[in-house]
Amino acid sequence: MTKTQNNKAWWLVVPVLLLVAFNAFIPLLTVVNYAFQETFGNNIFFWEGTTWFEQVLRSSRFHDSLIRQLIFTGMILAIEVPLGIGVALTMPRKGPWVSVCLVLMALPLLIPWNVVGAMWNIFALPEIGLLGHTLNSWGIDYNFTRQPVSAWMTTVIMDVWHWTSLIVLLCYAGLSSIPDDYYQAAHIDGASRWAIFRYIQLPKMKRVLTIAILLRFMDSFMIYTEPFVLTGGGPGNTTTFLSIDLVKVALGQFDLGPAAAMSLIYFLVVLLICWAFYTIMMRNEEQ
Amino acid sequence: MARIRFKNVRHAYPPPKGQEPVYALKEINQVWEDGGAYALLGPSGCGKTTLLNIISGLLTPSEGEILFDGVDVTSQSIAARQIAQVFQFPVVYDTMTVYDNLAFPLRNRKMNESLVKERVEQIADMLDLTTSLKKRAANLTADGKQKISLGRGLVRSDVNAILFDEPLTVIDPHLKWQLRSKLKELHQQIGMTMIYVTHDQVEALTFADKVVVMYDGTVVQVGTPVELFNHPKHTFVGYFIGSPGMNVIPCTVDNGQPVFAKNPLPIAQPVNKDLSGKLEVGVRPEFIDFADEGIPVNIEKVEDLGRYQVLTLKHEQETIKMVLNEDQTIPSENPKIQFNPEQTRVYCDGWVVEEAAHD
Repeated sequence: MTKTQNNKAWWLVVPVLLLVAFNAFIPLLTVVNYAFQETFGNNIFFWEGTTWFEQVLRSSRFHDSLIRQLIFTGMILAIEVPLGIGVALTMPRKGPWVSVCLVLMALPLLIPWNVVGAMWNIFALPEIGLLGHTLNSWGIDYNFTRQPVSAWMTTVIMDVWHWTSLIVLLCYAGLSSIPDDYYQAAHIDGASRWAIFRYIQLPKMKRVLTIAILLRFMDSFMIYTEPFVLTGGGPGNTTTFLSIDLVKVALGQFDLGPAAAMSLIYFLVVLLICWAFYTIMMRNEEQ
Repeated sequence: MARIRFKNVRHAYPPPKGQEPVYALKEINQVWEDGGAYALLGPSGCGKTTLLNIISGLLTPSEGEILFDGVDVTSQSIAARQIAQVFQFPVVYDTMTVYDNLAFPLRNRKMNESLVKERVEQIADMLDLTTSLKKRAANLTADGKQKISLGRGLVRSDVNAILFDEPLTVIDPHLKWQLRSKLKELHQQIGMTMIYVTHDQVEALTFADKVVVMYDGTVVQVGTPVELFNHPKHTFVGYFIGSPGMNVIPCTVDNGQPVFAKNPLPIAQPVNKDLSGKLEVGVRPEFIDFADEGIPVNIEKVEDLGRYQVLTLKHEQETIKMVLNEDQTIPSENPKIQFNPEQTRVYCDGWVVEEAAHD
């Protein structure tokens, strides 16, 4: 039997290719173009080689915002993941309360990011904000516009408030996929509550949890809007995360070369961490 | 190990608001002997899984008591009852090795690790799992996983009974047979009470010493496979067991003899004359023969199944199935059939009318 060779179907992929080219590939190449050249306008470019990359990698400003970024992401993951699992475990499995809980959980996810920033900004204002005013009236000196610690706490809590729901919902989906048989078998085997969590619930949640952590890692590592609206990166530079710093370099100072180089480094860091995390998680799976 | 007794057990699941509860189990009074192999056989929704969950303690019956060796365990917890259960879908702890899976119930009960090892190896040997003890349980095939589920039950020496809830549903046909023989073998080796729920008559008949046939929330008959075949007490048993099932045809009773569409049907013992209710006569396809005199029929269909043929016959509106052995021939003209009087029974409202004492 001979197979007919007909490659015309490949033409059907063209629209997608064009779309990807215009929304991802070409802009990325533009960034690459800027990263290796210097321009003074009028579309005149001078070759600079790796100068911008060296400059960015040596600058203490980039180091500082990268470290801030890593600490921030680490903190929110350390809070959101256990909290999210905990909330998912306590949510009801059946009955009328399921939909109520799901809607309540989904609410923060539906709010636009800049609105979240504005809400928390007003909420935390030391004089008139409910949170800020209450804390100060309890004698706690709190002012997120002046004190770095207060600013950090507010940013972290805001992110926890906004995004823990995502982990809750994903974990809840993982938990609801466990058949009742497993719990019944565990009861019959005399398993403790902890053993049920450790040997049934956690392994069954592993895949969704991997996705949840990846999503939260990427999103928090690229966070911009909320801290920009809340603190503007201040006080000083204490909450200037990578994205905020990048925008300052690119649009504030109009240093397109270093900004482009920084973008590429930033992109590679995200890619590398995601790849490493995913590979490790999936390797465990196959054992 | 224990003798299991049900005293007036009834169960209803919580009904939707404003509705009367519907009893999934209508009333069960049974005694199951220690060390027996029982099969609960019935169609989906007949209450067999409900009954099983009542034994294991996953469900508390709405009414009645359940006793193990005379001790009322109705309100005891699952752990206290010492029951093992194998579910329809294999339950294994994915992240653990086969060894750890088998050891899990013992470790939860704080057993000494050297005893655990001894016991696990013994059970693994029985189930042919010794070579895969170090493998991760998640990597086993469905039948391997089901063996682990079974092993987790067997590994505990203090188990009162092992319950099987349609354990072979997800197993490949050729392995089904192997695993079923393994179960039978294990039962003979360790003599533990085993209760096996299934809707497959072949599984039930090959596994069990005693088959408990359930229908619509009640136990309609308990008996050995032969008893169920030869003396079905209910038309459902006759129909459900055997392939094709028993013929159930409407009849009237005249002078203690059943009459089907003006054809008198001879039976071994005349029945009580004043019967009220829906009357039917039941006869298995195996106990029908062609004869010179008898009920005239039309042959609608002949299915050749190799060693025998299944004939679909029609007399007026009634369909009658008949099994014909290889050596028998189909008469060419005006076929007439006769029922074996010893194996023809009258049923009133589904239940057999006792004509004589048997077994």
